[in-house]
Amino acid sequence: MKDKNTTYNSKRTSQSVAFWIFRFFSMLVVAILFLILSFIIYKGIGVINWDFITKMPENGMTEGGILPAIIGTLCLVGGSILFAFPIGVLSGIYVNEYAKNGWFIRFVRMMTNNLAGIPSIVFGRFGMALFVNYFKFGTSIIAGSLTLGLMVLPIVIRTTEEALKSIDDSFRHGSYALGASKLETIRRVTLPMAFPNIVTGLVLSIGRVSGETAPILFTAAAYFLPKLPSSITDPVMALPYHLYVLSTSGTDLEASRSMAYGTALVLVVMVLFVNLLANALRKFFSKKVKMN
Amino acid sequence: MYKIEAKDVNLYYGDFHALKGISMSMKPNTVTALIGPSGCGKSTFLRTLNRMNDLIESVKITGLVTVDGEDIYRKNINIDELRKHVGMVFQKPNPFPKSIFENVAYGLRVNGENNRSFIEDKVKESLVQAALWEEVKDKLKKSAFELSGGQQQRLCIARALAISPSVLLMDEPASALDPISTAKIEELIYELKTNYTIVIVTHNMQQAGRVSDHTAFFYMGDLIEYGETKKVFTNPDHTQTQNYITGRFG
Repeated sequence: MKDKNTTYNSKRTSQSVAFWIFRFFSMLVVAILFLILSFIIYKGIGVINWDFITKMPENGMTEGGILPAIIGTLCLVGGSILFAFPIGVLSGIYVNEYAKNGWFIRFVRMMTNNLAGIPSIVFGRFGMALFVNYFKFGTSIIAGSLTLGLMVLPIVIRTTEEALKSIDDSFRHGSYALGASKLETIRRVTLPMAFPNIVTGLVLSIGRVSGETAPILFTAAAYFLPKLPSSITDPVMALPYHLYVLSTSGTDLEASRSMAYGTALVLVVMVLFVNLLANALRKFFSKKVKMN
Repeated sequence: MYKIEAKDVNLYYGDFHALKGISMSMKPNTVTALIGPSGCGKSTFLRTLNRMNDLIESVKITGLVTVDGEDIYRKNINIDELRKHVGMVFQKPNPFPKSIFENVAYGLRVNGENNRSFIEDKVKESLVQAALWEEVKDKLKKSAFELSGGQQQRLCIARALAISPSVLLMDEPASALDPISTAKIEELIYELKTNYTIVIVTHNMQQAGRVSDHTAFFYMGDLIEYGETKKVFTNPDHTQTQNYITGRFG
């Protein structure tokens, strides 16, 4: 009896020790995030006002606003989405729904994974060689968007694939058994069911794109522009690059420090907002899928 | 004239010989029960009748299967068209994540039916046939997932009936349901017999005895015995059948 009690007690002790270890590390993660956020808010909130997000930079980027950088980032994000989403979603559908398991599909998967592993600065260099120089787009929104699009393509393909994979075959079989073709089954059953998860992945990849600096460094971003872009062949300023410039190579680093933190804050808020949007969209679409 | 005829059907999953020379025929407007222990090939045989086995990779089939006298494994057959004629109800209820109405209308829509009033009539008719209309008539727009398991299964039956098949395949349609829902499904099978030829796979001996006209006993990919249900259950020709039915193995 005594022995049993001792074993029981020691088991309980190790249980609670394990519990506290797990708990400590997950708290640590949250704490780190909070630390970063509060640091940026503390340093950056001082310069945030209406002028900061609606005006052009002035006086060697030490005063004024960051409007062109915000607009530029929005353009680059929008362009890369237009390019990456259709291609990524369609090839994700192909890989999961059509292709038979064989060497080709293993090869495609391997290539997608490798593509995801390429450092973003390499994408930047490649984009410069292909889009800026070979296609002669110059340093421009289109060249930057295509480069960013290439970079998130594997994420989009993977998300689509995983979202489709999580749907039980019984739904597909039910559809085939009613005389539906594969295409109709994808269009009317599989894709609508996978949609909430696909959308989440897509929106998260937007967050990724909006924060990347290296791919646009040689392909789209400008140090300073006195006016807003008027076509897709214009170069743009972008938030992450602007932050880099203000921190390392501004005209007066000391004077533009608070501007840099303000830029960082705007960028972080933008990404957080996109993530919240992803959540809301997923909830909205999963409700919709069940209802109709 | 037979509704369904299988002649010397062999089926392989890769190297595994799952069906060994099955020959059997079914008359129109009868219920045939396929019984046997797990892995005996009864579900596999059921799935050869609407070519659902095609969806599994590395399946090979030889022999002849005809529905209404037509070889369903001939080269230029339209499989979607075949599956409209040979409906199927699965073991686990699998309604689509759509409204009750849209679930039943699905088969009509994918087959190009656009006429609203026709679809509405057909949906109602099918739900009535599947003995579900009274329970759902006020909530056709609600999600099918809100129904109970038994109701979902009857919805799946209604869904299959909506495209007017002449054969209905049922793969253990009541195995995931409670006794009351099971009784309802069995009653339904009995009524559907007047309009459809039904083939049902079941693990439940009593169920086979209650609903079927003919019973086929499968064992290890062989068709051991096939005959009138009454005879198979009371005076089978083979001792294996006898043993299985009385619960001595399986």
